[in-house]
Amino acid sequence: MTFLSYVINGVSLGSIYAIIALGYTMVYGIAKMLNFAHGDVIMVGAYICFYAVSRFALPPLLGIVLAMLVCTVLGVVIERLAYKPLRSAPSLAVLITAIGMSYFLQNMAQLLWTANPKVFPTAAIFGDKTGLGLFGGSLKISYVTIVTIVTCLVIMVGLTLFTRSTKMGKAMRACSEDKGAAQLMGINVNLTISVTFAIGSALAAIAGVLLCSAYPNLVPTTGSMPGIKAFTAAVFGGIGSIPGALLGGLLLGVIEIFARAYISTQLSDAIVFAVLIVVLLVKPAGLLGRQVREKV
Amino acid sequence: MKKSTLRLSAPAKNKIFTYGLVIAAYIILRILISGGAVNASLQGMLVPICAYVVMALSLNLTVGILGELSLGHAGFMSVGAFSGVVFAIAMQDAIPSAPLRLALSMAVGAAFAALAGVLVGIPVLRLKGDYLAIVTLAFGEIIKSLINNMYIGIDDAGMHFKLLEAPALTGGKMIIKGPMGISSIAKLSSFTAGFILVLIALFVILNLIQSRSGRAIMALRDNRIAAESVGIGVTKYKLMAFVTSAALAGSAGTLYAMNYTTIVANKFDFNTSILILVFVVLGGLGNMWGSIIAATALTILPEALRQFSDYRMLVYAIVLILVMLATNNPTIKGFFGKLFHKRPAGEEGAAQ
Amino acid sequence: MKKVLCLLLAVLMAAGCFAGCASKTDTPAPADSATPPANNATPDAAPDADAAPAGGAFKLGGTGPLTGGAAIYGNAAKQGAEIAVEEINAMGGIQFDLRYEDDVHDAEKAVNAYNTLKDWGMQISLGSVTSKPCEATSAETFNDRIFSLTPSASSTAVIEGKDNQFQMCFMDPNQGSASAQYIADQKLGSKIAIIYKNDDVYSVGIYETFKTKSAELGLEIVSETTFADGADTDFSVQLTDAQKNGADLLFLPMYYQPASLILAQAKAMDFTPKYFGVDGMDGILTMEGFDATLAEGVMLLTPFNADATDDKTVNFVTKYQEKYGEVPNQFAADAYDCVYAYKQALEAANADAGMDAATLCDLMISQFTSMTFDGITGEAMTWGTDGAVTKSPKGMVIENGGYAGM
Repeated sequence: MTFLSYVINGVSLGSIYAIIALGYTMVYGIAKMLNFAHGDVIMVGAYICFYAVSRFALPPLLGIVLAMLVCTVLGVVIERLAYKPLRSAPSLAVLITAIGMSYFLQNMAQLLWTANPKVFPTAAIFGDKTGLGLFGGSLKISYVTIVTIVTCLVIMVGLTLFTRSTKMGKAMRACSEDKGAAQLMGINVNLTISVTFAIGSALAAIAGVLLCSAYPNLVPTTGSMPGIKAFTAAVFGGIGSIPGALLGGLLLGVIEIFARAYISTQLSDAIVFAVLIVVLLVKPAGLLGRQVREKV
Repeated sequence: MKKSTLRLSAPAKNKIFTYGLVIAAYIILRILISGGAVNASLQGMLVPICAYVVMALSLNLTVGILGELSLGHAGFMSVGAFSGVVFAIAMQDAIPSAPLRLALSMAVGAAFAALAGVLVGIPVLRLKGDYLAIVTLAFGEIIKSLINNMYIGIDDAGMHFKLLEAPALTGGKMIIKGPMGISSIAKLSSFTAGFILVLIALFVILNLIQSRSGRAIMALRDNRIAAESVGIGVTKYKLMAFVTSAALAGSAGTLYAMNYTTIVANKFDFNTSILILVFVVLGGLGNMWGSIIAATALTILPEALRQFSDYRMLVYAIVLILVMLATNNPTIKGFFGKLFHKRPAGEEGAAQ
Repeated sequence: MKKVLCLLLAVLMAAGCFAGCASKTDTPAPADSATPPANNATPDAAPDADAAPAGGAFKLGGTGPLTGGAAIYGNAAKQGAEIAVEEINAMGGIQFDLRYEDDVHDAEKAVNAYNTLKDWGMQISLGSVTSKPCEATSAETFNDRIFSLTPSASSTAVIEGKDNQFQMCFMDPNQGSASAQYIADQKLGSKIAIIYKNDDVYSVGIYETFKTKSAELGLEIVSETTFADGADTDFSVQLTDAQKNGADLLFLPMYYQPASLILAQAKAMDFTPKYFGVDGMDGILTMEGFDATLAEGVMLLTPFNADATDDKTVNFVTKYQEKYGEVPNQFAADAYDCVYAYKQALEAANADAGMDAATLCDLMISQFTSMTFDGITGEAMTWGTDGAVTKSPKGMVIENGGYAGM
């Protein structure tokens, strides 16, 4: 039973990583950039939802929609102001700019909302009941976990369908293959990338709400560590691959919890990263990543 | 990452200029300090600046010359810092001369970091691009986590080492206390020591670049397959650059740690790795004196921004973004290009 | 080469432009944030505006994390000290000129911040707010002969072997053994579980002495688990371990932020042991949005209690709330006490603001080792020559969303 409860804990942690990793992977797949500010967009989303629900007592659903709106606008603005001018610059320049943006968002949040931790209104969003009892109550799954996993699956399926069958989705895939060729085929590359950022940021808002519902503590640095872990998860699954992000996130969560439970709470991070290294050595493009053949 | 900003057409000139820059800066600062014209704030930053300059130089070897992105460089700094300080404390009585003890500690720090470099380098260098980057990040985190749980004590029977919990000692004292790191370090580092280390790092790197091996390394960066086809051993040369870079980072770590009374493993985290990467990218990939200037400027910048108090780090972030935007803006680049070189602009931009 | 030159110019221009506008307006212009919160716009200007004393003001400086992950602690201490300085300056008599610099909870930045304060002409110091940075700055203040009284850096290494370093808070070892003693005396639990933060000096320090003392007192510890920075949100494994081993008391030597998550997650898994915390737990009730029923019955040893009804505490809490819109925690209270302790010592020593730091240092050492001080974090505090404070922690229990004595 303890083992099962660890599995559930792992899945619940992993589903949060997965939902953040989906956003990472979207942006990476199309814009080919590591958007280190993604974790901080999550934090902004959580704050917006917190203020809407706790301070202004708006209905939770409206709070989430508001957070998504704000994050979408934020994502597009960031892309236009900071990343677009660097479209032709080396990828490292974009990486540093993204890190600068991450510092900027964190410090802005501290100035606007102070560093005092806020407790996220999980109860207002998910109701008072904490979870579902299994096996006569000896095993418990929290509603947040269930909602996170379902949301994750829905988003994954949605994104897969979107990229596969809509016009914009096809444009995204074209951009991801070859920006220059896509442009020649009449695809508006700038618009496509903006839309990608809009979707990625809206997903970040949802991730923020779910992250803070599961771990209801909100400070300006809330997003940074889950951001790095989710980035790891995305690489784990094969960055750029949508199902890979889900798989990577879930695996990372389960490995982390197992490492803590059965090996050492102190060394859990080291173990997670060691597993990542081993996986990448065996499958250099991640679990579900596409191996690109080198052309000579 | 495919381009070279290093102008091999005038390597000697570049070399002399770089050494001159460092030596002139040292002499000027020495004169100013003896004249009392340098405030405590800047004086206190001199040693960390030297350490960061060496870090930037060594990372530039990996990123700029070898062409592989490393996000875990602070890990090697950490290995060097801890092994060097442990050596210094253990040898406190055996080697009474402070400068000698510092020099030997740095050598020990460099040796351990080089060893870590080999261990990390062999698996890492098999990977490519962003995957390689994430694995270096992972190694950085693993090193941090291991040192955070490492306990080293010393007593009459010698050194005791244990993971996760403190070893039993008969008398003696603990040196590394897990996450609490090392306390009461004797401050051995000085600006002169830092200056000498910078010169050594420059000497090592510039000579490596201009040697046969250096050309092989750059050939690998520019086109691996072509380089392999003319018989350049990938692993050997990649590892050579990577380990050299790690060793230099290790000695910089020792220098850095010996400047403060206390050091913890958490200092050398992902953020520190990124900070050093920022120095390298701002200074220009492959450009050694650019790294020196960028490391110096960006270490001083947050201190110079103290007058903004609450807005300090916000302003720092904005400056960082604006500088990245400005240095990559074709118009501005072209303008400065014309200004300084009277050559058709956009040459570098077109290279991409 | 072009690139570097152009970059260099860009940095210089940017820096020059920023330096230019900064020298014109000394207080930071809040124009770049859309809605600047009131509490950020005012604090820096306040002490300067008030300080117009006849005999000059003592330059009092401190470093603390004002930005980054540990910013809550630094800002609380800074704000607590500001309130004390305002009050004291309004009284006439001894005047203070307070300056806090940001150290981002990092030894290197703390030494930089300290050097900035030294350039400013700091005469007496409030050390650093957090332990590790304070270890670094205390070595500097020791060498430079500047007296330092830290509000909250509680590790032993801060004061060890340094005659001019004093603490306002308990040393970590004292807290650990006091907690174990208290639990044993009151028979609060028979099977104890501990969760501590293994990369935090404060948490590990308390844990180690608690464990030693528990062994002496025959307390049974059934589960010991840890967490660290970056993995401080999910406690399911630690809690499962404690529950599995039948713990009836959970000892939490940590700050209130992770503790609040532990309480919530334990409740979600129907694990209901008794909880025992240390002074870092204080503040849990002030978290915005915190469900106080979670903390019902939590016991803690803390020197400061924001709900106390004595005049001094009420006055401080009211002023703090008016000015910063939040309830002060123990960091703020400790810093507040520090400034008042300085006032008392300076008055008793007949010090004047014209004295240099080294003279003041000797005066303060003799005053602090001989005086008794009543503050809001304890009555009749005394200091030993080692710089550690002696004051008695109060056992508190949280009842109906407030503290009650135990």
